[in-house]
Amino acid sequence: MLNMDEIKKRLLLEVAGLHDIPEGAYNIRANGKSAGRQSSAHITITPKENGSGLEIDIQPGTKHESVHIPVVMTESGLKEVVYNDFHIGNDCDILIVAGCGIDNCGNQDSQHDGIHRFFVGKNSRVKYVEKHYGSGTGAGKRILNPVTEVYQEENSFVEMEMVQIKGVDDTNRTTNAELAAGAKLVVRERLMTHGEQKAYSKYVVALNGAGSSADVVSRSVARDKSYQTFDAKVAGNAPCSGHTECDSIIMDNGRILAIPSLEANDLDAALVHEAAIGKIAGEQIIKLLTLGMTEAEAEEKIINGFLK
Amino acid sequence: MLELQNLSFSVTEDKQNKEILRGISLTIPDDKLVVLTGPNGGGKSTLAKLIAGIEQPISGKILFNGQDITGLSITERARLGISYAFQQPVRFKGIQVLDLIRFATGKNTLSVTDACDYLSAVGLCAKDYINREVNNSLSGGELKRIEIATVLARGAALSIFDEPEAGIDLWSFQNLIQTFDGMRRSIPNSSFLIISHQERILNIADEIMVLANGRLEQSGDKEEIMSELVGTASAVPGCRKLEGGDESVC
Repeated sequence: MLNMDEIKKRLLLEVAGLHDIPEGAYNIRANGKSAGRQSSAHITITPKENGSGLEIDIQPGTKHESVHIPVVMTESGLKEVVYNDFHIGNDCDILIVAGCGIDNCGNQDSQHDGIHRFFVGKNSRVKYVEKHYGSGTGAGKRILNPVTEVYQEENSFVEMEMVQIKGVDDTNRTTNAELAAGAKLVVRERLMTHGEQKAYSKYVVALNGAGSSADVVSRSVARDKSYQTFDAKVAGNAPCSGHTECDSIIMDNGRILAIPSLEANDLDAALVHEAAIGKIAGEQIIKLLTLGMTEAEAEEKIINGFLK
Repeated sequence: MLELQNLSFSVTEDKQNKEILRGISLTIPDDKLVVLTGPNGGGKSTLAKLIAGIEQPISGKILFNGQDITGLSITERARLGISYAFQQPVRFKGIQVLDLIRFATGKNTLSVTDACDYLSAVGLCAKDYINREVNNSLSGGELKRIEIATVLARGAALSIFDEPEAGIDLWSFQNLIQTFDGMRRSIPNSSFLIISHQERILNIADEIMVLANGRLEQSGDKEEIMSELVGTASAVPGCRKLEGGDESVC
């Protein structure tokens, strides 16, 4: 049982779905310190020598195991930068759950910048889930600036689920990926901003090997006076296929800038981008009204479905 | 019972006032299945939207079980027991068929088994569809059946269907007819207004109403209207009517 207060436990549940210590390897970071760490037979978690983060080594052939590395912060004014490196051997099949929850009841900004690097071996499959969540009534901002770098070797597969639905005031998210031959990257980002929040999300995917492919899809909702930028670039440097899509709903006075871009550096690079921004379709609301819902209920159901 | 009293509706097009419905009065009694038919552009879909509250009439009254509902919202009418199946059903990203059926029943806890019954009733293999998203991956015919399933799930006192047969293949037509029969039996005193051009749907009607040029041209028992339908002005192409000097076509 972890020695954590109720707020930290609630944050842990929001970002990592954890009621208690997880099975397998984990490191739980609370207010800048490790609140629990465990390696497993095939997964080793060790602090970096300079104390700036973790080295996570996953042995070749490790299958159906998981690594949880959630971060929770409840101290106002705490600012930290953490570097975590994942070295995933060949022929693995693993789940990595990260994420950060900040509860800031004070007047100073709380900020966590997690820099995650993934070195994915040949033929390995990785599912990476990252959830961000903020709560607390203080005037201090809750700030998260994650940087994710992915280096995929031949025929590896990485699926990334990035979710930020509530409570983060300011986020500047950068994701870079480089793919070797036959490697595949799937990104599913879901983002909702409200109040006066700002979110900037940038992806740069380089398809360097023959037969590599990427599918980067973002669904987002900007409510109230919030502002989002989605900037996704896919570069095809070999015979490859890439798809990027930004599908957004704006409500109230929300604003969104979508900048999908493609760069074809090979004649056989097949690249597609799509971007659509608009308010909720009137006929969707009408359909739900005819089922007996109020307009507010209909909007909530449509948004919940869209971000599911 | 639904009663329309002198209902009119018009739109402004190119700064011109265009009358869509002109003083429609009709009654749909409890326990009756009424089919509304007539030429394209005659005002049938508009009439359905006025009853559901999606459009507002410029004059006239709508009474439902004796209550004047002319000024009520779509939600209020739905809660009183009016259900409406769209001619072109709406797609939703992320919302699953199961969600939509649960919304229709108003029960978040409706079991998957019970939800599947509604899909089976419209001829869909429930297990293949219950977790599908109601998005572009569904064909027009599949979407149409799901739309009918949502109205079925509501079990409302008055169910309105706007061309339910559109997009439904011929092989499934009998199934659709059986669905309407089943609905009539399962919801006591329920009434139905079905907009259709299909003879097989006209055949299950208790009453048929013919709407053309915004006017209710004929109304009566099925046998009476069916025998008159062929060869009437409603069945005559517009250009011949124009030659005949019917200025309303102009």
